[in-house]
Amino acid sequence: MRKLMMAAAFALPMLGGAAMAQDTLKIGYIDPLSGGGASVGEIGLKTFQFLADEVNAKGGILGKKVEIVPLDNKTNPQESLIQAQKAIDSGVRYITQGNGSSVAGALTDFITKYNERNPGKEVLYFNYAAVDPVLTNEKCSFSHFRWDANSDIKMEALTNYMKGTPSIKKIYLINQDYSFGESVRTAARAMLKTKRPDIEIVGDEKHPLLKVTDFAPYIAKIKASGADSVITGNWGQDFALLLKAAADSGLKVNWYTYYAGGTGGPTAIKQGNLNDQVFQVAEGYANIDNKSSMAFEKALRDKYGFSLFYPRAVNEMRMFALAAEKAKSLEPVKVAAALEGMDYEVFNGGKGFMRKDDHQFFQPIYIAQFGELKNKEPFDEEKTGWGWKGVAKIDADKTVLPTTCKMTRP
Amino acid sequence: MLELVVISTLNGVLFGMLLFLMASGLTVIFSMLGVLNFAHASFYMLGAFFGFQISRWFGFWPALLVAPILAGIIGAGVERFGLRQVHRNGHVAELLFTFGLAFAIEEVVQIIWGKSPVDFRVPSSLDFPAFTIFSTNYPAYKMFMLLVSVAIFLALLVVLKRTRVGMIVQAALTHPHMVGHLGHNVGRIFMMVFGVGTALAAVAGVIAGPALVTQSNMAGLLGPILFVVVVVGGLGSLPGAFIASLLIGLVQTFAVSMNGSLSEVFGPLSPAYASTWLSDIWNVTVAQIAPIMPYVLLVLILALRPMGLLGTRET
Repeated sequence: MRKLMMAAAFALPMLGGAAMAQDTLKIGYIDPLSGGGASVGEIGLKTFQFLADEVNAKGGILGKKVEIVPLDNKTNPQESLIQAQKAIDSGVRYITQGNGSSVAGALTDFITKYNERNPGKEVLYFNYAAVDPVLTNEKCSFSHFRWDANSDIKMEALTNYMKGTPSIKKIYLINQDYSFGESVRTAARAMLKTKRPDIEIVGDEKHPLLKVTDFAPYIAKIKASGADSVITGNWGQDFALLLKAAADSGLKVNWYTYYAGGTGGPTAIKQGNLNDQVFQVAEGYANIDNKSSMAFEKALRDKYGFSLFYPRAVNEMRMFALAAEKAKSLEPVKVAAALEGMDYEVFNGGKGFMRKDDHQFFQPIYIAQFGELKNKEPFDEEKTGWGWKGVAKIDADKTVLPTTCKMTRP
Repeated sequence: MLELVVISTLNGVLFGMLLFLMASGLTVIFSMLGVLNFAHASFYMLGAFFGFQISRWFGFWPALLVAPILAGIIGAGVERFGLRQVHRNGHVAELLFTFGLAFAIEEVVQIIWGKSPVDFRVPSSLDFPAFTIFSTNYPAYKMFMLLVSVAIFLALLVVLKRTRVGMIVQAALTHPHMVGHLGHNVGRIFMMVFGVGTALAAVAGVIAGPALVTQSNMAGLLGPILFVVVVVGGLGSLPGAFIASLLIGLVQTFAVSMNGSLSEVFGPLSPAYASTWLSDIWNVTVAQIAPIMPYVLLVLILALRPMGLLGTRET
């Protein structure tokens, strides 16, 4: 009897696993679920689970239920490769990841090599947030698709907006010391130089990624520099703590950011009383006047209590479903071919397209401002009573930047 | 410039005192028991999470009192039922035991409170700017952190150097049998010392929790630097740890505020190196390497004065 039970205990999960593999379409979600990046990683995970539920409610993709497999990489490239291998071994053919361009760089290399060595068992990598331009230029790969605008595209939009703001005179750059932070600061310097040569860059700081617990020394430096505006690509804990330290010390400057909407960001902005002084460049925000995206936003908030930080994740999941149906297959190579060059009406309205040359998705880009809601915008953030208000919209075709990608296709 | 110096000094002292609060327990345990407790930062983390949970239920002030006691009891239990058994097998076994304990505590914390940061807030009674220097506000909470650290330093010094309890405790380390023959329970003394040491770490945790981030990797973030503090200060020396904490706090803060790099110092020469492999080293600013400065200090101290600043014995 005991032996039988032992055998059953071993065999059942395996049988279950095999049965699951046939019925479900697994998407491996590799992102930080612990450590300094955990707050953003958790929100991404729940967003994808919400999207999977949405797809499943409509009968899944080609009749298969979508299942999100969470894999914790601790924002560590090495750990990510172990998780990717683990995912592939358990039958995952689609991997999504976003937080940390250093991770994305390692993953795209890994998956490209894996696909070369394992023809017929290809894996696709859907990148929803790692925005280092290198990923769709020098390092571009047939297996990699990016739904977020890369950091150059965002900086282009941001500097176009700043160009028309004469009150900006002295700018301080503070970024995380890794590939993405590096690309933000170089792009900011280069673009400001041509668009607003009169602006003085009074500081250009790099700090260790997700390691700083107190930003007070950095804030002291920003203050001493006499800057009136700060540009930062900081995300996760690094953004919330930076703003918290600024709020504590009473620093009043304008913030031009990529990720001010991340967990803790809105709360810190409210605490620092920085009404209308924080700007974010992104492919969307809660208060965009669009019926279906607002309904989605409300449903997500009702279920999880946080706002949609990744409109691009919605585009990713829905386009994936469309591409699979167009290809009439879940074979990654066929899905990839269907995604290439695909036109798509984006989640919160407007035209987008997946450029075939480098697998970069282009979509309208918005610049929004955080503060008191004056025109009855329905959504606030983190129960602060403040929310995002649009100040500029750039259409997809005006965000197109050239690529140096030379892709080899199977 | 003056503004930056004054504010950096303040920031450095603040960070240094917080380090001291954590390192004091570690150094007390080491000087009394001869155990280098690798799990010390984990008790700091336990303090922060206990503090968070209790302040949810009863408010911040009860948490500041109860959380360290709870952590202290756990610490005492660890000594009584763990370390004491392991002790027979020597120092390496003790080190390995505390090393493993650190991982176990982290795992437990993750199971109970999850892996993402918890919302541990500064109490509203201390949530206001205490004073303003050069238009920079100083939060009252940070001043409170400073006061508690100083008070604990003084109290510890007095207890160890001036009271009977301190004398017995010190004697128990060097002459345990003699102290035993005089009728003191040496085992219990060790247990108490370990408990007090871990409770001190927990005090630091409750206080630092709202100011920094309370999450399951906070022990890992601050753990290594604690060892720098106790080694630089001199293993087992409380005043040494105090000085080393301030030193490290100041070094790190001032390093952040400096933009200089080799290429600026040797300005006219730099173009010659601009395109070589040296250019990376050439252009790294002091600010960028600020986080490794304490470890540079550690290496220097170990090379030049292995017993530490105020250490008395060579270890």
